[in-house]
Amino acid sequence: MWDYTKKVTEFFLHPKNVGELKNPDAVGEVGSIICGDALRLTLKIDKPSNRISDAKFQTFGCASAIASSSALTELIKGKTLDEALTISNQDIADYLGGLPKEKMHCSVMGREALEAAISNFRGEKKPPETEERIVCECFEVSEEKIRKVAIENHLTTVEDITDYTKAGGGCGSCIPAIEAILKDIWSVKPIPEKPSASKKLTNLQKIALIQDVIEKEIRPRLQADGGDLELIDIDGSKVIIGLRAMCVGCLMGDVTVKSIETKLKELVSEDISVEVG
Amino acid sequence: MKTIYLDNNATTKIAPEVLDEMNPYLTDYYGNPSSMHTFGGKLHSKIEEARAKVAELIGAEAEEIVFMSCGTESDNTALMAAAESFPQKRHIVTTRVEHPAVFNFVKHLARKGYRVTFLPVDNTGRLDMDAFSKAFDDDTAVVSVMYANNETGVVFPVEEIGEVLRERKILFHTDAVQAVGKVPIDVKKLHVDMLSLSGHKLHAPKGVGALYVRKGTRFYPYIIGGHQENGRRAGTENIASIIGLGKACELAAKNLQNEIFYLGKLRDKLEGNLLKDCPDVRINGDIEHRLPNTTNISFEYVEGEAILLRLNEYGICASSGSACTSGSLEPSRVLRAMGTPFTAIHGSIRFSLSRYNTEDEIDTVLDIVPRIIKELRELSPFGRENIKKS
Repeated sequence: MWDYTKKVTEFFLHPKNVGELKNPDAVGEVGSIICGDALRLTLKIDKPSNRISDAKFQTFGCASAIASSSALTELIKGKTLDEALTISNQDIADYLGGLPKEKMHCSVMGREALEAAISNFRGEKKPPETEERIVCECFEVSEEKIRKVAIENHLTTVEDITDYTKAGGGCGSCIPAIEAILKDIWSVKPIPEKPSASKKLTNLQKIALIQDVIEKEIRPRLQADGGDLELIDIDGSKVIIGLRAMCVGCLMGDVTVKSIETKLKELVSEDISVEVG
Repeated sequence: MKTIYLDNNATTKIAPEVLDEMNPYLTDYYGNPSSMHTFGGKLHSKIEEARAKVAELIGAEAEEIVFMSCGTESDNTALMAAAESFPQKRHIVTTRVEHPAVFNFVKHLARKGYRVTFLPVDNTGRLDMDAFSKAFDDDTAVVSVMYANNETGVVFPVEEIGEVLRERKILFHTDAVQAVGKVPIDVKKLHVDMLSLSGHKLHAPKGVGALYVRKGTRFYPYIIGGHQENGRRAGTENIASIIGLGKACELAAKNLQNEIFYLGKLRDKLEGNLLKDCPDVRINGDIEHRLPNTTNISFEYVEGEAILLRLNEYGICASSGSACTSGSLEPSRVLRAMGTPFTAIHGSIRFSLSRYNTEDEIDTVLDIVPRIIKELRELSPFGRENIKKS
């Protein structure tokens, strides 16, 4: 069962601003019933102040999708359009006291609906769908969306992208494409918030940090898919691991090892390499 | 708030009679049955009594029952034993709607080089028997087909399959975890070589299961160590739970016909009234061949997790095939295999009953569910035309 905050539960059980405004000035629709969640946002906008005087939503989706939509309407009411556009998906999650990581895509849907509604009001036309490169066919997620969400939320791993956009969470065939996009983004921009990498670590500190990252960051993720790993040895910057459980003989073994290396590079030190012992 | 537990395909309450029977073996009689003293050694006969009771429920001989730690171990052991017994055979047949204990283990074997045929089902969840008849060949090590599906309750024609495979001398395993104790099972009639069952689905505790291995079937243990279970499953026996499983099987055998009637009546009342009181609802699964305690209903235009968490506010426990409840982003593999439209899968709810449910509870549920569905549909951007009609 998901560990929802009290505020998520409250906004799910007693959502505010439910429904559809009559003769709305702006309408934003995102998601689809096929993908499992969808949001229709209607706004009343005062002119010429461009202030959102009322907002209502209709949502098809889980508890956190409903709560996020309701939170969005509370956040934007009374704001000017420019002020509203500064609200990020993280702001929506924060308003609710946080969302489970796997549910962050619900907050992203809220932010998208807001953008769609404002574009609709301003008469901006979205580029035709055909021009977008769809990366994840299962959930119809475009490269543009992945880039945008990754940069806005400082996402560096495929798992993060899946949590925030669903991309990669279906058949998984687009995972290499997502990896390539992430590599492209962060090879140009510095990877955000990497406090540990800037310091020079002693060997002992390095070993402790590697163990810590493996225990807290890497193993739980592998275990979630029925896999596991064992730390066998650390030789300078070479980390030797053994794949365990479902990871044994898994066709994705190479990808797994690569992603472990990426994580350790990110959180411990750039010079780390991972080998299977 | 009183809990109304309608999630009995997930797990069941331990029957009070079962707990009573187990208690002395969790406290006073903690010996090891392998010991050379009466304090431990006398427990051996209690295990054999339990074995006889399990055997009786499914029409087996006592010596054909091997105790295991759970249904998953039982399924894994059966498949591994088949693979070890016929190492030259490299093909496995199973279905697209198996429980993960079989499905993921077979996928694991596929990664080791096995060829696997996953049999399809039709849109009511019935097995494609044409596909079955063409699926196996001389290279087939084992066919594993579940007795009844955990999500929809659809019962498969195990007897018919068993007859064909017996003729062809192909090993046949059935995962009967959801069926044992809910429908009459006679392994002699089924022509199965191995059958898996689990304690906690029939009012015994979690952490105990069994594998039926027909006399004369080649077998290799999966858990290797001591000589327990006649060398077929190592590890000190979980005595209290084994005794509990024996008692639970005895109770199931005694009450089976009454319970089938009772649960069928309650389930039909629940299902019939939900169909009547909620528009845009469909039943998932073949209603002609189904466990008496299970119904899987799709409420269009609303999402399963939202339904469950609203039900939760009233103490009502059920489960859903929606993506949001699975921990992954993909909705139920079983309902997808049936070609159920995504819109219906997202709003699918499984109610599964047990002997401890009452008609009053069903009345309460019937009062609450239509209200919740209506509220959530008012929140939903879809299906508004239909709502206005109702």
